[in-house]
Amino acid sequence: MMHRLLSHDMIGAARGSLLGIEYLGENEILGLLKLARRMNPRKPRPLLRHKRIVLLFYEASTRTRASFEVAAQSLGALTTLVQSSGSSIEKGESLLDTAYTLRAVGADAIVVRHPSAGAPHLMARHIDIPIINAGDGMHEHPSQALLDAFTILKHKKTIKGLRVAIIGDVYHSRVTRSNCHLLSRFGARITLCGPPELVPEVAGTLVPGLVITRHVEEALRGTDVVMLLRVQQERLAGRKIQLQDYVSRYQMTMARLKLARRDAIVMHPGPIIRGLELTSEVVDCAQSVIVDEVHNGVCTRMAVLARALGRG
Amino acid sequence: MANKLSKPESLLIKGGHLIDPAAKINAPMDVLLRDGRVAEVAPPNKTRGGADEKFDAGGLIVAPGFIDLHVHLREPGQSYKETVASGTAAAAAGGFTAVCTMPNTSPVVDSGEWVAWLRQPERGALVNVFPIAAATRASRGADLTDFAALQRAGAVAVTDDGKPILEDTVMRAALRLGAELNFPVVQHAEDTRLTEGASMHEGPTSFRLGLRGMAASAEGGIVDRDVTLAQQIRESRLHVAHLSTAEALKAVRRGKRAKARVTCEVTPHHFTLLDENVGEYHTNFKMNPPLRSASDREAIMVALADGTIDAIATDHAPHARHEKQVEFERAWFGITGLETALALAITKLHREHKIPLTRIVELFTAGPARVFDLRGRGSLARGDFADVTIFDPKKRWTFEGAKSRSLSRNTPFDGWQFAGKVVATVVGGRIVYRAD
Repeated sequence: MMHRLLSHDMIGAARGSLLGIEYLGENEILGLLKLARRMNPRKPRPLLRHKRIVLLFYEASTRTRASFEVAAQSLGALTTLVQSSGSSIEKGESLLDTAYTLRAVGADAIVVRHPSAGAPHLMARHIDIPIINAGDGMHEHPSQALLDAFTILKHKKTIKGLRVAIIGDVYHSRVTRSNCHLLSRFGARITLCGPPELVPEVAGTLVPGLVITRHVEEALRGTDVVMLLRVQQERLAGRKIQLQDYVSRYQMTMARLKLARRDAIVMHPGPIIRGLELTSEVVDCAQSVIVDEVHNGVCTRMAVLARALGRG
Repeated sequence: MANKLSKPESLLIKGGHLIDPAAKINAPMDVLLRDGRVAEVAPPNKTRGGADEKFDAGGLIVAPGFIDLHVHLREPGQSYKETVASGTAAAAAGGFTAVCTMPNTSPVVDSGEWVAWLRQPERGALVNVFPIAAATRASRGADLTDFAALQRAGAVAVTDDGKPILEDTVMRAALRLGAELNFPVVQHAEDTRLTEGASMHEGPTSFRLGLRGMAASAEGGIVDRDVTLAQQIRESRLHVAHLSTAEALKAVRRGKRAKARVTCEVTPHHFTLLDENVGEYHTNFKMNPPLRSASDREAIMVALADGTIDAIATDHAPHARHEKQVEFERAWFGITGLETALALAITKLHREHKIPLTRIVELFTAGPARVFDLRGRGSLARGDFADVTIFDPKKRWTFEGAKSRSLSRNTPFDGWQFAGKVVATVVGGRIVYRAD
């Protein structure tokens, strides 16, 4: 069985849903990126006036939540934030019942962040409004991959043939799964780098052509894009990792960054932990586009929401 | 057919083709049942005694009643999922004349009283119920239960199913006590120290879906240890429940070669499905042990054919809708299986993998009867219990989950097209199920 050919439609999701990059065709991705380039939060466009968008957050978030909220409001939509604490979720209401409730109060789309992989799929199968995945467990974070592609294309002409090194906690990273789907679809050459606890061999099966290395120098040499990941200590669940050892072997330093191409860009989906996966100098160096990623998140999510509600 | 549930003094099943592997019969035979026992097995029209009722089995396979070593009937305590009555009705529809029930109920069946309770007529069982009792108190994995009392009350084995007996010392003690009483210890082989938070098999699919995986070695490691213990403890009897990996099979083969009393069962879903069938988080494909890799399934297929596997058991595990329509990681482990087992065996094992029908019947009859020493069952020799399964190996049909006799609907096989269907199920000489 080939699940990789699945579309949102086949999963039973309402038109406009975004559950994962894996379910998008190349043209859909290109369309979203093109649309994002036309969006500007400084110049609001009331494309979604009177639309109600619920932000349903079962997990902590700063940038994704703020970014979706600003994006929705820049398009003229009304937003409501529902969090697990302070809602009926705390009283034990199921995810589906919460979704039915939000639909009944008039939500036109739901943006959901959830600690369980596949939670957006469950909602999408049962309700008839677009579901936007804002990060589900260790599965996918599609809007992050879109904004990363948007950011890369601001600095590089094309993704095809680009060498991308993804360094750090690949196992727990939904961003990495989404990025691998997107970048490999457009012909990037991706290397995953980290210790076996964080980059298991099975990671290499995610998309065709993935390369795994345990040596950061090998990953960096000649690379165009350096993507760094936080070690998700809250998700380690028994996987033992010595942080000191990790720092000495994998931390991105200015010295190591010199191994990459001179025009390489440094990316990080955040939150960043200075002094752990990267030094402060790397965060703030000229090659770093970390803040730019956050900035690009807004117009990318405007595109995602506009597409969701048929205004793309 | 006026009276669907008839109770004749005697029943003649005529014109069928009898497959009775224990008696080495694979030929057209008539079977005469009288007073709850097999009275005569003879070539067509050669039975001497008369019968109150006749069943025309022309064109059908007649087999000893099927025995399922592994079902969850959810009583006591979880009758919203299943009851002895509803679960045994599903069993009858699946051709099973006997089911062995798992003790992980609420409360846990860890006393002779609960074992006796399960066997009371008030439970409304339509087929024979053989309780398996808990191996440790409340299945906490620490203090052994009173095996002798459980055995006297009618338990056929002990297990902490749903959980493993993890501690070496406890497992050793259980096998020792079991050896004294000739009582099998059934192990749910999962090293739970390695499967924390996991909800499916560890492999490319779990990585793609971002789900924590159960490594095949978490099963293999426990089976390997248990087989070693079974080899060390004379006369001990180890039965590996729902075996799902090539690694575990290797350990079982080692034990069998060394003449240890080691047996094992596999489920229809493990010989049919793969981890990738979980698709996009379909919770009716979530069970424990999880669906495994193609190479594991291949190894199981070989072991089913070559005799290493003793029985096909369903691990029928009903759950209510609200326990399955949740996030994948929160969904309960388990699927129903009683009504699809034979059809899957015929469709997958016989038609696709060319395993002979005689071997398949053995895996449902003589094999499981041997595992728990169910005397007078698993064969249709004269004097055996009058438990018979009659099926049509060629009949094509579509399984509809909504029409299941189980109280629950958590099946991955809804809408599947099968070859092979149960036509009638006879328990104690009485027809308890007859296909429409």
